[in-house]
Amino acid sequence: MSENNPTISKGIDWSLAWIYLLLVLVGITAVFAVTYKEGDPFIQSFLGFKTDYSKQFYFFVASAVIAIFILLTDSKFFTATANLWYAFGIFLLLLVFPFHSSVKGTESIIRFGGFQFQPAEFCKICVCLSLAKYLSRPDTEFVTTKSQLTAAAIVLFPAALTLMQSETGLALVYFSFFIVMYREGLPSTILVVGFSLAVLVVSTLLVEKNMLALFLTIIALLFIYFMRRQIRRRKYILINIGLLWLVCVGVQRFGVPFAFKHVLKLYQVERIYSTVGKEMPREYVTAHQRELVVVQTAKKKDPDYNVKQSKIAIGSGGLAGKGLLRSTQTRYGFVPEQRTDFIFDTIGEGFGFIGSFVLLGVYLLLLFRIITVAERQRSVFSRCYAYGVAAVFFFHLTINIGMTVGLAPVIGIPLPFISYGGTSLLTFTIMLFILIRLDADRHMVLR
Amino acid sequence: MPVFNQSRSRIIRILFLVTFIVLSAQLFHLQVISREYKKQADINAIFAKRIYPSRGIIFDRRNKPILNNTLMFDLMVTPSEIKAIDTNYFCQLMEIDTAEFKKRVRSAIIKNKSFRPSIFEELLTPQKYARMEENMWRFSNGFFLQPRPVRSYPFDAAAHIIGYINEVDTSIINRSNGFYESGDYAGRTGLEQYYERVLRGQKGTELWIKDNFNRLVGHYQNGIFDTAAVTGRNLRTYIDIDLQQLAEKLLRNKVGAIVAIEPKSGGILAMASAPDYNPNDLTGPSKQKNYSKMLLDVSTPLYNRAIKGQYPAGSTYKPLGALIGLDEGVITPESGYPCRGAYNECTRPVKCLEKFAGHAANLRLAVAHSCNAFFSSTIRKTIDNPKYHNPRIGLTKWKEYCTAFGYGHKLGVDIPNENGGNIPDTTAYDKEYHGSWNSCTMTGGGLGIGQDKMLVTPLQIANGICIVANKGYYYLPHFVRSIDDETTEDTSLVTKFRKKHDVLTHIPDASYEVVINGMQDVTEIGTARGIPKIPGINVCAKTGTAQNKRVLDKKVVELKDHSLFVCFAPREDPKIAIAVIIENGGFGSTWAGPMAYLLIEKYLTDSLRADRQKEVDRIAEANLMPSFLTREQFKADSVRAFEWFRITKDSSYIDKYTYDEPGELQVPGKKAPLPAASKIKLQPMAFIDDKNFKRKNYFTTPS
Repeated sequence: MSENNPTISKGIDWSLAWIYLLLVLVGITAVFAVTYKEGDPFIQSFLGFKTDYSKQFYFFVASAVIAIFILLTDSKFFTATANLWYAFGIFLLLLVFPFHSSVKGTESIIRFGGFQFQPAEFCKICVCLSLAKYLSRPDTEFVTTKSQLTAAAIVLFPAALTLMQSETGLALVYFSFFIVMYREGLPSTILVVGFSLAVLVVSTLLVEKNMLALFLTIIALLFIYFMRRQIRRRKYILINIGLLWLVCVGVQRFGVPFAFKHVLKLYQVERIYSTVGKEMPREYVTAHQRELVVVQTAKKKDPDYNVKQSKIAIGSGGLAGKGLLRSTQTRYGFVPEQRTDFIFDTIGEGFGFIGSFVLLGVYLLLLFRIITVAERQRSVFSRCYAYGVAAVFFFHLTINIGMTVGLAPVIGIPLPFISYGGTSLLTFTIMLFILIRLDADRHMVLR
Repeated sequence: MPVFNQSRSRIIRILFLVTFIVLSAQLFHLQVISREYKKQADINAIFAKRIYPSRGIIFDRRNKPILNNTLMFDLMVTPSEIKAIDTNYFCQLMEIDTAEFKKRVRSAIIKNKSFRPSIFEELLTPQKYARMEENMWRFSNGFFLQPRPVRSYPFDAAAHIIGYINEVDTSIINRSNGFYESGDYAGRTGLEQYYERVLRGQKGTELWIKDNFNRLVGHYQNGIFDTAAVTGRNLRTYIDIDLQQLAEKLLRNKVGAIVAIEPKSGGILAMASAPDYNPNDLTGPSKQKNYSKMLLDVSTPLYNRAIKGQYPAGSTYKPLGALIGLDEGVITPESGYPCRGAYNECTRPVKCLEKFAGHAANLRLAVAHSCNAFFSSTIRKTIDNPKYHNPRIGLTKWKEYCTAFGYGHKLGVDIPNENGGNIPDTTAYDKEYHGSWNSCTMTGGGLGIGQDKMLVTPLQIANGICIVANKGYYYLPHFVRSIDDETTEDTSLVTKFRKKHDVLTHIPDASYEVVINGMQDVTEIGTARGIPKIPGINVCAKTGTAQNKRVLDKKVVELKDHSLFVCFAPREDPKIAIAVIIENGGFGSTWAGPMAYLLIEKYLTDSLRADRQKEVDRIAEANLMPSFLTREQFKADSVRAFEWFRITKDSSYIDKYTYDEPGELQVPGKKAPLPAASKIKLQPMAFIDDKNFKRKNYFTTPS
């Protein structure tokens, strides 16, 4: 920020602030490129609060004001009120249930006056703060299972609430906080197990059932063969391998089908299959027969349509892009949700590979800078918080860009600082500027 | 603890970096390596809008346009935009009820989605268009008028010549090497089809950017890739549209054909076929309805008898027969035949209409009185020509002459679907008589007087007489004199019509003079002497009366003769040659002759005398439609109604044919129930005289 107030500018990490400004400006430009109609008076429509780019501009102004307030706040305020923030965040999430809007599929939004507000988005800040608070507590021994479970509970409780508001994407964001816990000493075995489970689930989708079972059996037998000496000494290893094998086969035979039939919605299963590029098996369709009736009467749409159109838009950009207002796909509405979730398409089509690569580079720079900042903190609270911010940003941009290029399933989460939308811009701004505030006091030890 | 886990920060950085690399790689794949997405994007977003050229115009010999391009309007609806309109008033203007309104909107949504414009009503009638145009501001939410170029025919004439245009079908699209696309129009018969390449012009393309709802939002790249449409080129024809209208008027309520040719150029001045239709019926709002109706009409109004109808030439062949005989040396101008009313030299006598002595004392008189005996004797002599010693060679030679006169094969006029007629050769007789035939076989059948197996089209008759008038040469009959801005490709279309065919110029002029004298005598002392003369114009003519047999109800029935007339005028410098055929018209001089005279007068003097005008009306009002047509129509309709009932159990059509006798089987306001479909049987019926024919007998229920 360009304020020359010596009291707030002291110790501020200007590189983060510049990257922030750059990304927000790219965002406003991208929203402009999508929604600008030829012949609109430029200045007027920018100031008129009628068009989306004008609104986004004012959201930025509002965010900037709040950012300055944050910079004026004492860092101790955040450590002191972290748990209060959490309580407030949960309260807001619960408030959604009686007061949510009834508009198509947006049960997570509260309206008041002309504004709408999405607590699930805002709650990320609260979780980030309280997790940092919990991990930085002097009496937290993060090696103990109890503290690990507590930390997990802090993260997963709002995730569960968000899931209940049918915001799968935003709920998944909370899982990114495991990166923070990992940094703070969460045993890597847990992550390895988690990762293996993910691999197992994905291979369940890709490989035929019996084939996979056979494959798992072969792996188990190979393990037994190679570990035969240890097994001779300690019998329980054999039992462990056997149990592991049983769990794996159980997951691939019953766990995944159960989840797909009874936990997930049909469209979610469809999306997951379309991401891995496979046809959805009939059994899941029949399991969701009831939903299907509804889907069919509402005219069945190609589940792949969004991703196909998004890939076409990005792919048609070529190496150097078509130019900002010369894009055909993003300007004429072929990509759905292109102001919000698919905003990256505008960059991809308008500026081509070079533009997208540079943007990705800027994001990478942001993440690396946040980690550098994190590692130079004296207080654990600030470090944990910084990792939390990095993890959330990372998750958002990986999943968001991943879905636009067809590598991740379509989960509606915004691209930080660029996607259109007041709540998300405000949330990310607050997150980043709390970090900048904390970093300005990095010499202090905050409790 | 922080120190303890310091290394993990590097792992997290590596995770970020790997993700970055994976995403970049995918971007590189999509944007730089793969071409597929670029192509897809163009399919998505670029719409090639066809700009249709206006079709070429067809002009008559005096440069009057016999057809025009006009704009008609489709009423388009965009269902999603309909709001706040006065539906009742709208329906009142469109002459529909609200139920129909709803039905059309619903079907538009089903066919074309609610946000895209669909046709609400195709090609509005001028009245409806005027009403809608005036009130369009009321309905501008959801409705608009879309202009569409269509043909219009200011003279209501020449339908068979011009043909019509209609949407292309799949076979035309496939044959056109990508020129046509579905929805395009192309000429489907007549000049419109033959000169399609000239008339259609060149389509232009405008590239537009469209959005995800297929709405056009602007020119692609400011139109630098657009191509302009090139207007079709015009045709200048020989047609005299006034003459054409007169010919069509004369043929009203008749079955037949008229062909008028300018002998010196082969240009067709008029060609009418009856029954015909108004060309405006096959353009505009009810074209499909009219077309279907015409297809079901047993009098076949779509059938161009002038080039497709095959008739016995009858006595109109006699001038040609005389010329063949003279050239073969089997008769001389002085040859006569002692005819007493029949030709009796073969087993089957050929009757002659004249009985008085000396009516065939020489060739000229024989032509004038149309002596059947004389020409029967001539053809026998031709076939049994002592030169060849063999009737096979004689017949072959005779066929060569006929072919030279343009008989027995398609002439190649510039409208499609011509028929070739028939001139029998030795194989035909060999087949029928197992090789044992002699000159009496065909003479007895009437080959010498243009019957037996001889079949000609009206166009061939007219063309044959052109050769006589020209004393031996002809140009292929054709309509188009020139094409505006003619290209080499066009020239290949018309070049054959500019070639002079000296087919029979080796026959000495003296021979032609004799025959032409005979033909002039026809109008003065011969068979056509009763037709009032045109002052100052010498007409050379030949009447014809051809037997007319037809299979009706599985029986060969002899119907009233066809009336034929062929002529050219003026004798000294032939400017017009006409062939007229009236089916079931009786003697040649009764109907066909007077018609030809009216046409000659109209063409040569450019007007008709007052009393002639009355004659035109008299002829136009005469109804010579063969009576069997009504019966045939009834048969066809009722069979169809029965089929319809069998398939759909809908008896509304069949009712009309079953119980139409008042007082019988009828309860007021209630019809007697129909028997089940399986019980109704079509029973073969004997041929019934039309007057005594009772419709209710047609379907009988077996008890």
